Amino acid sequence: MNDERGIGSSFLIHNSACPIFHMRYIPNTARDCQAMLKTIGVPSVEELFADIPRSIRLQRKLNLPPALSEKELIEELKALSALNAQVQEYTSFLGAGAYHHFIPSLVLHLISRSEFYTAYTPYQPEISQGTLQAIFEYQTLICQLTNMEVANASMYDGSTSVAEAALMAHRLNERPEMIVSTAVHPEYRAVLKTYVNHLGIAVREVGFTERGGTDLAVCRSMVNEATGAVIVQYPNFFGCIEDLAALSRLAHEKGALFIVAVAEPIALGVLKAPGDFGADIVVGEGQAMGNALNFGGPYVGFFATRQEYLRKMPGRLAGETTDLEGRRGYVLTLSTREQHIRREKATSNICTNQALCALATTIYLCTLGKQGIREVALQNLQKAHYAKEAIGRLKGYHLVFNSPTFNEFVVKAPRPLSRINQALLENQMIGGLDLGRFYPELENCLLLCVTENHSRGQIDKLVEVLTLKG
Amino acid sequence: MKKAVGTQGLVYNEDLIFEKSVEGRKAYSLPALDVPEADIQRLVPEEYLREEVSGFPEVSEVEVVRHFVRLSQWNYAIDVGFYPLGSCTMKYNPKINEDIARLPGFAHAHPYQPEALSQGAIRLMYELEKCLCEISGMDRVSLQPAAGAHGELTGLMMIRAYLTAQGNPRKKVIIPDSAHGTNPASSTLCGYEVISLKSNDRGCIDPQALRENMNREVAAIMLTNPNTLGLFEENILEIARIVHDQGGLVYCDGANLNALLGIVRPGDMGIDVLHFNLHKTFSTPHGGGGPGSGPVGVKSHLAPFMPIPTPECRLEAEDSGQGAGPSPAPGPRPYYYLDYNRPQSIGKVRAFYGNFGMMVRAYSYIRSLGAEGLRQVSETAVINANYILSRLRDVYHVPYDRHCKHECVLSDKFQLKNDVKTLDIAKRLMDYGFHPPTIYFPLIVPGALMIEPTETESKETLDEFIQAMRAIAREAQEEPETVRSAPHLPKVRRLDETMAARKPKLRWEKGEEKNAR
Repeated sequence: MNDERGIGSSFLIHNSACPIFHMRYIPNTARDCQAMLKTIGVPSVEELFADIPRSIRLQRKLNLPPALSEKELIEELKALSALNAQVQEYTSFLGAGAYHHFIPSLVLHLISRSEFYTAYTPYQPEISQGTLQAIFEYQTLICQLTNMEVANASMYDGSTSVAEAALMAHRLNERPEMIVSTAVHPEYRAVLKTYVNHLGIAVREVGFTERGGTDLAVCRSMVNEATGAVIVQYPNFFGCIEDLAALSRLAHEKGALFIVAVAEPIALGVLKAPGDFGADIVVGEGQAMGNALNFGGPYVGFFATRQEYLRKMPGRLAGETTDLEGRRGYVLTLSTREQHIRREKATSNICTNQALCALATTIYLCTLGKQGIREVALQNLQKAHYAKEAIGRLKGYHLVFNSPTFNEFVVKAPRPLSRINQALLENQMIGGLDLGRFYPELENCLLLCVTENHSRGQIDKLVEVLTLKG
Repeated sequence: MKKAVGTQGLVYNEDLIFEKSVEGRKAYSLPALDVPEADIQRLVPEEYLREEVSGFPEVSEVEVVRHFVRLSQWNYAIDVGFYPLGSCTMKYNPKINEDIARLPGFAHAHPYQPEALSQGAIRLMYELEKCLCEISGMDRVSLQPAAGAHGELTGLMMIRAYLTAQGNPRKKVIIPDSAHGTNPASSTLCGYEVISLKSNDRGCIDPQALRENMNREVAAIMLTNPNTLGLFEENILEIARIVHDQGGLVYCDGANLNALLGIVRPGDMGIDVLHFNLHKTFSTPHGGGGPGSGPVGVKSHLAPFMPIPTPECRLEAEDSGQGAGPSPAPGPRPYYYLDYNRPQSIGKVRAFYGNFGMMVRAYSYIRSLGAEGLRQVSETAVINANYILSRLRDVYHVPYDRHCKHECVLSDKFQLKNDVKTLDIAKRLMDYGFHPPTIYFPLIVPGALMIEPTETESKETLDEFIQAMRAIAREAQEEPETVRSAPHLPKVRRLDETMAARKPKLRWEKGEEKNAR
């Protein structure tokens, strides 16, 4: 519907002959707008768009579905969400970088407080102390968990944290190569390659042995003075515990940095921290700690390193200070590393990160506390072990790797996985990840994850269905 | 006189959670272990066994709740009041979108669960992409980037891949001096050298200056439209032509899309690549610094380079065993899937598919507004910004004296005479109950104050803000020390940022004294 003055249909042109779309998120009515236009000194809103060339002005309404009322929106989106399986309905044994742990009820209540989730980045510290102190606490918890000296306020996710760690290593030693284990999450490796592809940094991969860990002998032969960093995952993609002490040594022998990625940080409740083995940068995925699966995002990366590398770190940092009257307070600090100050010379381009997810992680870790993180980790270890032993005893199945594992393990099945997974689905279960998807040499192998959330009954049921198919 | 929006009130001190820790307290609940307990020494080699996570707090559930509730009360937020941050588009975050994002089918879906059981999620992504294409005039949109800066990097990588396929990735990117800092930072991350282009005296890109700098070594121009002064790049068509004539591409930072919805589309202006900020234009909450989402739209010649996977749809014959749930009508049904088979793709910019939870919120927002609603958003946003401009122009200096779009830029030029600076004005606004506008950006306006009200503010709120700004202008003349020593009312006053940087203290350490308040 066009009018003579403007192009397309302004909501202000319409009067009672054409009902105005009153939108509950837009307080100002047509009458309010007319009053403001008068103050501005223009006859119509069209004047305010007069500098846009007429030839490109939209001549029609946007072709979008008609607006839904709140009730209609709920009905439509509920129907859409019902087309998804989810872990409350199906018992899922999927891990592989996204973990189903129990999230205490108070996490959601607290992150749903308006003052947390509708707040902006704390650039004005006087009125953002809540966000800033929470970030300071998050940084502290990450340092404690990884046993590193300094941590930032969050990255986008585990995969980009690995990429940024590699870039930081390059900034520090300017060497042209990164060596990464193929036992690191395939998608993390893909992201790393995309990030360094055009920056003159090469990525070389080192494989894993039949034990399930990175091949130390091959790695040692590959690491040299061109190596910027050696990157491994702990526990690795197959759930195996890597020999961090040996890997750390062989990286440092040649002056390379040792980067450890932790995709399942609950493991650090019972496993020694990478910092204890001389890691230079520890990164990882915080989703397991207080964030829902959300079909892959939003998640939250963590990034921790040595104090001496502080000024080369990417990401935001909250630091402690005092105000005019000597009160303790917190501010974003060392911003000269960042894009809004250093622009093209910044350590990273990161601006918006994953603050609310980091807050969920902070609340989760405070809720678990010193005892809880250990107890949850132990339950993961025990339940996964129980499942692993039971499946390992099944006729036709065998455990592929004999390294110690945390809460994930690899099983080779006697039949094509499509049939096994189909049988599981019929029993309201989602099986593990088909590793053949990423590793051609691991055809018919399943990566299974068992957490504290799985009951003995559910594990027994899994074993039962696998038995029937085996 | 009408009382100010901001007032005094009781807030609570709250130590660090570590300082509240008491051995033996717990806040969690876990069922007893229901499988036989194996000897842990058999499961994990001794050199890997951890005794405890030293320093983790031990507190009760009550204390956890009080701790974070008290912390939250120290924060300003959109739900508390007006947030006129330029280029941030701090609009209201609809509550219904939070509920929808938390529907179990969305919140509890694993990214690797079978495709046939993820039809709702993939379809939502597919439809969101279609909506964003229609709104922007782009041909395809990747939903994978986690934030605007991430979208910029992804977009530049696609530009590089496209030019490489043509034979030469080129070496440089032209960026106007008014650009957001992420623009040059992203360019560097993508291996490009930045050429900064001086804006003309109208605050815009000067076509002549561009012509002089544009050549076959330049991969792209990265611009923002409307620009960071809130002004529409009036020569956009000529700018696009100059760049395209030399085989370069035009990247548009879509942070300011809130001014253009339903009015004009970047895709119709000669833009080749555009990123969106779902946490700006499309109402997803800022969360204190994320999560956001930065989808990047492209014209079809760049589509082959998009990150994998992309959400797609094909028609499946009836009873194929797949498809989206039971169907009442016979005939082929749409089946949504993730396409990894894109040989020219730049790869992945993050694991999995993107910030899906934020896509749900943005999609719900678009479905709540429809075409008329979105147009109303932009018209009202632009009227609101011009209203503020018209009512403050007599007391604050306006560097570019014409109608703005959704945001306007003032400066502290008049107030400097009394030694009152933009920083002081910003801090004094807090005492009046407002979050300050963006300050000292864009860099080309000394002492810039960038004000973006958005469409979700009422005329009354705008009047209150205007009143506060006018009062501060008066104070700057009559009692400047009040402004210079602000803020007075928040929980803390001005903080020593110099010391924080000089002697960084970035974590709590055991054995510290509980600090003085």
